[in-house]
Amino acid sequence: MTADSLLAGEPVVVTAGLDLLHDALTAQAAVTQPVAWRPPVPGCREPLAAVMADRRREPANRAALDRLLSATPHLVDVRPAGEALGLERGCFLHAGPPTTWERAPGPLRGALMGAVLLEGLAETPEEAERLLAAGSGITLEPCHHRAAVGPMAGVVSPSMWVLEVVDTTYGRRAYCPLNEGLGQVLRYGAYGPAVLDRLRWMASVLGPLLRAALRSHGPLDLRAITAQMLAMGDEGHNRNRAATSLLLRRLLHHLVLSGAPSSELAAAVDFIDGNDHFFLNVGMAASKACADAARDVPGSSLVVAMARNGTDFGIQVSGTGDRWFTGPAAVPEGLYLGSFGTEDASADIGDSTITETVGLGGFAMAAAPAIVQFVGGQVSDAISATLAMYEITLAEHPVHRLPILDFRGCPVGIDVTLVARTGILPQVNTGIAGKQAGTGQVGAGLVQPPIQAFTAALQALAEACGG
Amino acid sequence: MTSSVAVRRGTYVDSVRLMQVTREAGRLPGITAALVAMATPTNLELLAAMGLARPDGAGPDDLVVALEARDWEALSRAFGVIEEALARAAGPGAPGGFAQPGPPRTVRSAARRLPDANLALVSVPGQHAFTEAMDALEAGLSVMVFSDNVSLEEEVTLKEEAERRHLLVMGPDCGTAMINGVGLGFANVVRPGPVGLVAASGTGSQQVVCLLEAAGIGTSHVIGVGGRDLSEPVGARSCLRALGLLDADPATQLIVVVSKPPSPEIAAQVRDAATGCSTPTLLGFLGLGQPDLTSLAEQVVAHLGRPAPSWPRWSGEPGQQARPGALRGLFSGGSLCEEATAIAAQALGPIRSNVPLDPAWALPDDLRPDGHVMIDFGDDRLTTGRPHPMIDPTLRRERLAAEAADPTCGVVLLDVVLGHGADPDPAAWLAPAIAAARAGGGPAVVVSLCGTPGDPQGLEAQAGQLAGAGASVHLSNAEAARQAVALVRDR
Repeated sequence: MTADSLLAGEPVVVTAGLDLLHDALTAQAAVTQPVAWRPPVPGCREPLAAVMADRRREPANRAALDRLLSATPHLVDVRPAGEALGLERGCFLHAGPPTTWERAPGPLRGALMGAVLLEGLAETPEEAERLLAAGSGITLEPCHHRAAVGPMAGVVSPSMWVLEVVDTTYGRRAYCPLNEGLGQVLRYGAYGPAVLDRLRWMASVLGPLLRAALRSHGPLDLRAITAQMLAMGDEGHNRNRAATSLLLRRLLHHLVLSGAPSSELAAAVDFIDGNDHFFLNVGMAASKACADAARDVPGSSLVVAMARNGTDFGIQVSGTGDRWFTGPAAVPEGLYLGSFGTEDASADIGDSTITETVGLGGFAMAAAPAIVQFVGGQVSDAISATLAMYEITLAEHPVHRLPILDFRGCPVGIDVTLVARTGILPQVNTGIAGKQAGTGQVGAGLVQPPIQAFTAALQALAEACGG
Repeated sequence: MTSSVAVRRGTYVDSVRLMQVTREAGRLPGITAALVAMATPTNLELLAAMGLARPDGAGPDDLVVALEARDWEALSRAFGVIEEALARAAGPGAPGGFAQPGPPRTVRSAARRLPDANLALVSVPGQHAFTEAMDALEAGLSVMVFSDNVSLEEEVTLKEEAERRHLLVMGPDCGTAMINGVGLGFANVVRPGPVGLVAASGTGSQQVVCLLEAAGIGTSHVIGVGGRDLSEPVGARSCLRALGLLDADPATQLIVVVSKPPSPEIAAQVRDAATGCSTPTLLGFLGLGQPDLTSLAEQVVAHLGRPAPSWPRWSGEPGQQARPGALRGLFSGGSLCEEATAIAAQALGPIRSNVPLDPAWALPDDLRPDGHVMIDFGDDRLTTGRPHPMIDPTLRRERLAAEAADPTCGVVLLDVVLGHGADPDPAAWLAPAIAAARAGGGPAVVVSLCGTPGDPQGLEAQAGQLAGAGASVHLSNAEAARQAVALVRDR
């Protein structure tokens, strides 16, 4: 709309500021929509003004968002991480921004110890711990630096098998390890014999079987499955039951055709069917492919990654390249398994916040009435959680739609300036790991990202535009 | 006597709403002093002046509730009332059943919910106004920036952006506008008519519109552009855009530009644009030695072929006489203050002011010199951290009492601006104050009353009360100023 028609009729007015001036319009029967305006997050006035004045920002955000929304992730393969990610022996990937053994919390240490044992670099957990502490021959690197994401501890070592997703629009690839199920699992920091046996079976039986099935099926459109899952009560982070079923349904025919022994087939099908979160890792790789499509647009204030390493919560922004902006990771609030409680919980960890980065998970809570106990117990709480996210996002997803909101698109595209202006933080759903290495999962719930990560990113954007 | 100062961290309520809450609290039985305000430096000073402790570490994002009461009972009762009042201020938006959306938090979000929106009215504190105004332009809305204290650089950026998007920016520091009869900001209620205004002067355009209304001439639109629009750096961007819009508007048969005289280059640009308009255009570049607002209105009347009007005046005390002394002008409208200062200076010589005609006439920081004085209480420097004097009379009321008690003050000249957005009943505080000043053998009081019969306050009702209290009341600011000068000189 231009101002050319401004004088043609009575103005239709958005008001921000003094109630008195809004009331004066109402008294004249003007059509208005008031803004519940609040001052921005303290310290953000100057950088906000600089970033808002940056001519590149608006077109850059449109371009970045357009790429994020038009990416078409397809699941194409399952391969050993060593080969897919070029991981060398002794190199271990982990969730979140860069960290060190010294700073790593219990779950990450436990997962790294398990991975060292899995790779045969040590015989006992104690020896693994010494090796990792000494650091010789060991390299730690964030998954995100290799186009990958990993849930919870996110530890990936060369012999683990990873899902390979290709965005057929822009050609980027993204990876995520196979989901191990719940309870005592490596990603929650458990490294007992059962954990390692399961990982070995996944590499020797499950991985090759899935690869055969996928190659027989051909590229599997994950955008379509994600859209369907939202209509079936999943939000794609803490609930993946529908999507897991859809995935298995799509692959079953091809699994059967693989010619594998029926006992192996039955074990693989039971494993996937018995793990409601099997699709989480597939969805994460798809999310990573979409978010990466939006990277590196100069001037863009769009968030392209949110990830935690159990110590820091970090974000990356399209306009600031590979720089991480971090703040302390909080302990999630949530529901605990058995006798576990908050005192047993590790600080927030995992790359699974890539789902929120592309408008799923906490942003799509309204899709998942079955898990509203995480957000307060009522369906209205879940809807409110999603509605609040429209305040800090730039778009509504054209394909990922929410039936209960009359098929409104999921809120997508977190804008650092909107977070700084409103003080509204992204809604993040998450699992909760035990803080002692080896414990495993203790619960699931919600966590608040630290505002510092967003204000630091805003400051960097301001500096990048000469402000 | 007991007192309490409580701080609510990170709670924001706008300053006008807080003033209402403060007033409500101050009227409660047993309460001797109350302040409910954001902890801005200004308000913390106010707190100190009330003799109350300054809360530790409270900043501009924190809400302070300070009370002094006769006893604990009154104190706790008042806290309850304030709690309720603040809850009302928080407004609706609580979800119920299948959740309703909370209120929009940004202009872009609000614009999404109002798809026909074509204008944003931004009145957030000035240092944050740029962000919201930019957001409005990006959402495809023209924007009126009521906020003051916006930097020149930000103004230029906004207007360049508006130009690229074919939108209009009114302001910053745009106090008034009217589009098809809908008043924005401070606006008088006038009949529809042939005159369209482009105004770099808020109360200046209100004065012209009110005079035209009194002459039976209606107004099509008033497009405010902000006081700096015709400066060199801004380059009259909004003025030129507004001229184009009014020229294209079929309802507008005469365009009037109201501004201080710009530089010769800018004046030439505006003149060229006016010449290019197919609609006749009057350029009212006002200031020292130039025609005043009243004569501009008279030009309009003449241009439209109407008989020369005689402007309304009300006098409760015919032949009011001043005691010997100086002229003291206490204004809420910047342009009215400037015009009165120019008129007074021609007759009386140097006039000290916080917006002086000559830098040598600047007021000392305490605003209390000897001799003739004109104070614009609406100036940026006096509105930081507090509402505009057209809304909040506190400073002017205090100053009026001080002038009444000052034997060197012979005549007080005040403006009262009516209309939407302004004080709902200024006579309620001003008439008793005038009566008190006059009763004690105090200074003569002259009021410049800018309003129309259609204004919510009612022109006649307000004029009647002010005149009844002993003031001489004029619709024309220039006539009011001339009368005040005459009263000073007659002694």
